[in-house]
Amino acid sequence: MTPTIRIQREPFDLAAEAAKLADGRTDVGAVVTFTGRCRGEEGGQPIVALTLEHYPGMVEREITSHVEEAMRRWPLLGITVVHRYGRLQPGEEIVLVATASAHRQAAFAAAEFLMDYLKTRAPFWKQVESSTGRDWVDAKQIDDAAAERWRFPYQETEK
Amino acid sequence: MSVTLRYFAWVRERIGKTDETIEPPADVTTIAQLVAWLKDRGEEYAYAFENPKVIRAAVDRAHVTPDTAIAGAREIAFFPPMTGG
Repeated sequence: MTPTIRIQREPFDLAAEAAKLADGRTDVGAVVTFTGRCRGEEGGQPIVALTLEHYPGMVEREITSHVEEAMRRWPLLGITVVHRYGRLQPGEEIVLVATASAHRQAAFAAAEFLMDYLKTRAPFWKQVESSTGRDWVDAKQIDDAAAERWRFPYQETEK
Repeated sequence: MSVTLRYFAWVRERIGKTDETIEPPADVTTIAQLVAWLKDRGEEYAYAFENPKVIRAAVDRAHVTPDTAIAGAREIAFFPPMTGG
C-alpha cells in the first residue's frame, strides 16, 4: 500500500480522495475521513483569514514518518493526508486525513492518531488575521496531551 | 563549520530574515549553546530567543532536543511550537 501525502495551496476534493481509497476494491470495509476547516472565530474573536506557514521538506518527512508508524500499528489498506498552506478564509478546508481498512476500528484509530500528530509535530504555523491585526496562534496544551496518549511504546524520531 | 539557519513564524519575524549562513565558534557544540550564542548577536536575536523554552529546533529537517550536538549539521531551523492541522 502506497500512502498519498500532499502539501498544497489548492483546495482538495474530499469525496474524490475518499473514493480513490476504495475504488475497485472489495477488501476495504471502512473508509474514515477527517476534514479540518478554518473557523470564523479564534479565541472568541471573529477572524478574517488564517495563513498557514510551513517548512517545506520537513513537513513531508514528518508526515511520512507518522504515516509509516500508523501502518505498523493498524492493518490499513490505504492512507491519504492532504494539508494546505497559504491564506485561507473561514469555511475553507485546511487538512484531510482519510484511512481505509477492512474494519472500522483500525480506520478510526489511525485517522485520530495521524491528526493528533499532525497538530503537534508537523511544522505548520497558523497566523490569524482579524480586524485588529495579525497574531500567531498559540500551541494548545490539549493538543500535546492528545498526541502524548499514543506515545507508548512509540519512540519519537528525535536524535 | 558553516551551517544554514532557517527561521519560521514569529522567530522569523523577530529576527527579520528567513535564513542565513553562519559560522559558529568551535566551542558552540549543541543546539542550546547555539541559541545562547545567537542571542548575543543583536537585539532582534535577543527578542526572538528571549524565552528559549518555547523555541523548537530541527537539524536537517528532523526534530531535535536542546542537548543535541550540531556537529555535521547542514541546516538548523528554529521555530515556535507547531500549530498545524
